Amino acid sequence: MKKMLLATTAAALVATSALAGGHAKEVKLGILIGFTGPIESLTGPMAAGAELAMTEATESGKLLDAAKVTPIRADTGCIDNGLSTSNGERLVAEGINGLIGGDCSGVTGAILQNVAIPNGMVMISPSATSPGLSTVEDNDLFFRTAPSDAREGQVMAEILQERGVKSIALTYTNNDYGKGLADAIESNFKAAGGEVTIVAAHEDGKADYSAEIGALASAGGDLLVVAGYLDQGGLGIINAALDTGAWDTFGLPGGMIGDSLPENVGPALNGSYGQIAGSGGEGIEKLVALAGDAFDATSPYTPESYDAAALFMLAMQAADSTDPADYGSKILEVANAPGEKIYPGELGKAFDIIRSGGDVDYVGASAVELIGPGESAGTYRMIEVKEGKNETIGFK
Amino acid sequence: MMDLLNAIVALSNFVIIPAMSYGAQLALGALGVTLIYGILRFSNFAHGDTMAFGAMVTVLVTWLFQSWGLSLGPLPTALLALPFGILGCMALVLTTDRIVYRFYRAQKAKPVIFVIVSLGVTFILNGLVRFIIGPDDQRFLDGERFIISARTFKEMTGLREGLAFKTTQGITIITAVIVVALLFWFLNRTRTGKSMRAYSDNEDLALLSGINPERVVMITWLIVAGLATIAGVLYGLDKSFKPFTYFQLLLPIFASAIVGGLGNPLGAIAGGFVIAFSEVTVTYAWKKVATYVLPESMAPDTLVQLMSTDYKLAVSFVILLIVLLVKPTGLFAGKAV
Repeated sequence: MKKMLLATTAAALVATSALAGGHAKEVKLGILIGFTGPIESLTGPMAAGAELAMTEATESGKLLDAAKVTPIRADTGCIDNGLSTSNGERLVAEGINGLIGGDCSGVTGAILQNVAIPNGMVMISPSATSPGLSTVEDNDLFFRTAPSDAREGQVMAEILQERGVKSIALTYTNNDYGKGLADAIESNFKAAGGEVTIVAAHEDGKADYSAEIGALASAGGDLLVVAGYLDQGGLGIINAALDTGAWDTFGLPGGMIGDSLPENVGPALNGSYGQIAGSGGEGIEKLVALAGDAFDATSPYTPESYDAAALFMLAMQAADSTDPADYGSKILEVANAPGEKIYPGELGKAFDIIRSGGDVDYVGASAVELIGPGESAGTYRMIEVKEGKNETIGFK
Repeated sequence: MMDLLNAIVALSNFVIIPAMSYGAQLALGALGVTLIYGILRFSNFAHGDTMAFGAMVTVLVTWLFQSWGLSLGPLPTALLALPFGILGCMALVLTTDRIVYRFYRAQKAKPVIFVIVSLGVTFILNGLVRFIIGPDDQRFLDGERFIISARTFKEMTGLREGLAFKTTQGITIITAVIVVALLFWFLNRTRTGKSMRAYSDNEDLALLSGINPERVVMITWLIVAGLATIAGVLYGLDKSFKPFTYFQLLLPIFASAIVGGLGNPLGAIAGGFVIAFSEVTVTYAWKKVATYVLPESMAPDTLVQLMSTDYKLAVSFVILLIVLLVKPTGLFAGKAV
């Protein structure tokens, strides 16, 4: 035990000295996301995306004094607060200069409270979307390149308005994500003058959804909005609604967008529409080209991960320091206008501009625009199901 | 008059028909549980996954038939594949009985040990099914989807409310009736069936009168495999095939069997319908029906919902608790739990 203590103290000492040395030749960025657990299929490309930005910066040789950027991966399990906190502590002990993570909203809050704030570490989450994280006391240490679900509610309400929907029935998967999103949709749609006839939860993985559909159908509405998961209860709800003829069209938030839904439901889903966080255009195309066959750059939250890593490095360059206390305040500066727009693959150019005293406006792969307390304004892809496929019909 | 018709149609569409077919699926599942309890004297937690396994074999054979171009016209091809699924499931339960349960039977192990053993079997089957077919939703339904769809019904009758009756719901209810009739005929009229009931009533007496216990056990497993596969396939056709939901189905199935009286086949059927109807009706929002039936001035603004659908599972368990408190043997006097 004594040895252990000594070792950790030594490690902490090393860490502090690494932090103090602003012009270290090595920059370490922690990647703390759920490599195991409910979103394990997403985290592979996410980490690869973040590491791609780091390799790019290292190879450019222009970050600080030709610093080498090293990633250190650690697991959150997505829903395991204890694991996340201890792995976060470990990363800090290993001397990271910035923390990319966490992934799921719950653990992200835990890491912020137990690791980032006590250690003064800056963290940028690529995928935590809970509205609760917008208002949390973060000592200006927490940023995210993912938009808040509150924003999605706003976007969805706008889309419904544009389509002339007057009233909706709303059902959500009974967890933090579903509840938060449903609240956001409900309040925004009501504020815009729409009517919400019923808000009812559904449990995932249940045997039968007749009762839920009975209640929803009785309440009525132009459209049924299903804030659930496409391969869970959301699918069951849609099937039951179609079978009973209660609804023909559905509103589909991000959790319901995926190839498997039109496949599993069949032609009856045609005409349903929704939105998912994501951006089109130059940024994402450049990232896809950059990634090549190494990983799927369009996988959810992968562009956001690349951008999180890039923001860290740009802010360090702007502050000419790897100390979170110095560069933290620069993150909003490099992310937003004014300045020259920077896309994936142009990090070297951006480092040069900053060094020569210029301004950059990092756009990146996910059209980064940080608002309010440092979270992505959020671009959403509007989707409509046409002939059994999710078609992108625009951006918002 | 039209309003009254509309009310009746809405009620049938959202409550009666869905609850009937769900009830039939639960009843078939509960029959399997109750037979095992009556004859082998333990609660078989592996029943949900036995259903998943039988359904999985059926799904695989259905895909094979579909690739050959075989079909039953308007009926789902799965009905053609069902016998193969049953055979596959029979092979499975006989194997588990041979290598697992027989050992504990020979030891005259206590029922609670059997329950735990069956829990172990559950997890193994769980893994086996996922290993073979994966954890995702699988589609294997083909043929005509509706006997009558909500839209056609509205056009035909001119009513405002639609009535949908799915082919799978029709098949579920008809199959359930046939299977139950066959089972009762078998248990009450045939020599083997009578020997099974004798064994269930009093094991020692049955042994003395020359009934071969291993044969009774084997036949029980075979029937249970048939029931489980049929229930699993009907459920998969009506909803969708996903291994995890079969595990979830275990709770309502046990609730059905216990409410009806464990060990009593008639009780299992009644229990299935009690649970299904209570899940759907108690949490139903009566607004739509009430708006049709009541005069306009009394039309409700609220949903007229007794409690939110969140509580539907709680409802069936409250019923279960009440039954156990008032009548511990269940509605139809099964064995005390």
